[in-house]
Amino acid sequence: MKTLILRQKYLIDFTLSSLKRRLAKNLGLLLVYTLIVFLLASVMLFTHSLRREAGIILESSPEVILQRLVAGRHDLMPAEYLDRIGRIRGVTRKAGRLWGYFYDPAVQANYTLMVPRDRELGRQEVVIGAGIARTRGVDVGDFLTFRSSGGRAFSFRVVDILDADSELVNADLLLVSEGTYRDFFGIPADRFTDIVLQVRNPSEVRKVAEKLTVLLPDARPILREEILRTYDSIFSWRQGIVFVLLGGSILAFVIFAWDKASGLSAEEKREIGILKAIGWETSDVIRMKFWEGSIVSLTAFLLGFILAYLHVFYGQAALFEPVLKGWAVLYPSFNPVPFVDGLQVATLFFFTVFPYTVATIIPIWRASITDPDAVMR
Amino acid sequence: MLLNPAIMALIGVSVVVALLLLLAAGFAIQVMRHWDIHSGSELQLNLERRTYLISTILSYAFVAELVSLLLFVYNAEAMSTQFVGAMCATGVLNVDPWGWPTLFLKIAVFFAGGAWLILNRLDNQGYDYPLVRIKYALLLAIVPLVIAEAVVQTAYFLGLDPDVITSCCGSLFTPESEGVAAEVSSLQPRTAVIALYASGGLALLSGLATLRRRGAALLFAGSGLLAFVVALVAIVSYVALYIYEHPHHHCPFCILKSGHDFVGYYLYIPLFAATVLALGVGVLAPWRRIPSLVQAAAVDIRRFTWLALLGFTLFYVVATYAVVTSNLTMQGVWW
Repeated sequence: MKTLILRQKYLIDFTLSSLKRRLAKNLGLLLVYTLIVFLLASVMLFTHSLRREAGIILESSPEVILQRLVAGRHDLMPAEYLDRIGRIRGVTRKAGRLWGYFYDPAVQANYTLMVPRDRELGRQEVVIGAGIARTRGVDVGDFLTFRSSGGRAFSFRVVDILDADSELVNADLLLVSEGTYRDFFGIPADRFTDIVLQVRNPSEVRKVAEKLTVLLPDARPILREEILRTYDSIFSWRQGIVFVLLGGSILAFVIFAWDKASGLSAEEKREIGILKAIGWETSDVIRMKFWEGSIVSLTAFLLGFILAYLHVFYGQAALFEPVLKGWAVLYPSFNPVPFVDGLQVATLFFFTVFPYTVATIIPIWRASITDPDAVMR
Repeated sequence: MLLNPAIMALIGVSVVVALLLLLAAGFAIQVMRHWDIHSGSELQLNLERRTYLISTILSYAFVAELVSLLLFVYNAEAMSTQFVGAMCATGVLNVDPWGWPTLFLKIAVFFAGGAWLILNRLDNQGYDYPLVRIKYALLLAIVPLVIAEAVVQTAYFLGLDPDVITSCCGSLFTPESEGVAAEVSSLQPRTAVIALYASGGLALLSGLATLRRRGAALLFAGSGLLAFVVALVAIVSYVALYIYEHPHHHCPFCILKSGHDFVGYYLYIPLFAATVLALGVGVLAPWRRIPSLVQAAAVDIRRFTWLALLGFTLFYVVATYAVVTSNLTMQGVWW
């Protein structure tokens, strides 16, 4: 066992010094390799952290949202539906919600107006998201004026700016009081936008939804797990699309690696010839080349991954942001939470190291069967 | 199909490995027809040189297959959030009828590949390559398995449809339903325990016998394989219940999750390693009388038997520990 380890150690030593002798060639390969890993790892880390972020945010959302449909379109929910639902076993809370969208021509962006359930606001008070504060250049104490759908102007005093930590969801949010909301949009007092229900036991959610469709045939329940699943699929699908697009560059890289590995210089050939003449066996040469490939691969993989990590979590993923996040005028700026997942690393490994290894097997073998007399003559 | 990087990687790996093996198979046929160690012809020299290439390709291919087995299970686990009704890998494997066959084929390829590598290692230690024909004949038998795996896996991933409502492990592993999973989980825990320890005892004893006398190696390989199958059945019908501390939760995948301290890895890794080593010992045993291999075979058989015994022991210790320290008590109910 000890001799085995020592032998590998000497081989690695030898490989390192031989790599150093052809620095320029190997640096070129390393650069391209690192770049490939960097691109793929950036996409992965970024979409994965978006997915996680969405999951964390939805964690605290209600289990069931009930919307009324009229002629296939979303309609306002009569308040008496809350009574018609009555008491469903397993539902711990039910409430009507008020929210809607408002287009602000001044910055050409859509805001989300909402009546908060956990804080009381005055008629003229408003709480705004960090995105709006940034775009409109307002701070606490300033005034914002909007024209309602009826043509009336509403003036609001900003009393608070929402936490920048959850900017992914509240960048475009405006919180107003219930009275102001109804006045602003002209919504009667007995209507809600939708109804939310909280269900304590996750395995009862589907049953509750089933009961709701029986009680209120014109309403559709939307489950939190469905939203989560959609997010999950969409993000992994986007990730896949980018990978397909990058497939071309992976292929180009494989050809490049093949070429580098098979284009042995006369000097390298002589080196292998001499090694074999002094007693190295074919398997020793293969082993040495294996170590060479491993050293290059691991270095490129680590470097590329670290660069991608910095790019995504400290550089806001500047290269891919629009493709992976989607785009809008009023866009949340957010810092993804650093998170590394084993599955992602393994997948990345298969996308980069595996093709490289396969591409270099045959060239390595060709080099290793070199006859000493053929090259030294 | 779901366009997901892990799926793309898995399909890519299987296809590449299948192609590499086809390449190797072409060579294997040449070797079987023309190999003659005593000849000094150009052809023989070429064949000898190419054996190095094939060995290298196959070692890489089988290592890739091993990693892809892990990635497959891990990915199935991770995708469980994307299917209605799936709560772990079981549900995802159930989405399409090809799910379980893929997993079984992957395991079969792992065992076949491992045994082949062990044989290859032995053969390379003999100066006259005495096993070369047998080795490549065996390789030809493995190739269809690898190709089948690539095809079945692709069919499985192409058939994945997120709209299908699948069933989670809770409804699959119930004695009331039908199918293999139900048969396995409806096995009386008492029978499972007896079978588990009996097969384990047999494997350990035959392993010790292999160390002392040389005749028991094939018995060891057979009983190792038996112990493997019984262990998987016992995990589903008995051990898992104690890990989950729930008399009706039979899933063989949920034990890999962090909520159960990843105990599944401590069970599966030693079990798989020990089984492949036991199989390897069985593959080596018939050739230990070939003059150029006598010494190498004796050393390898001894070493692999020890390692396999260690693996099996570890598995039974972990399984027993999981049951003994569990808060679940079923004494009055089951026996």
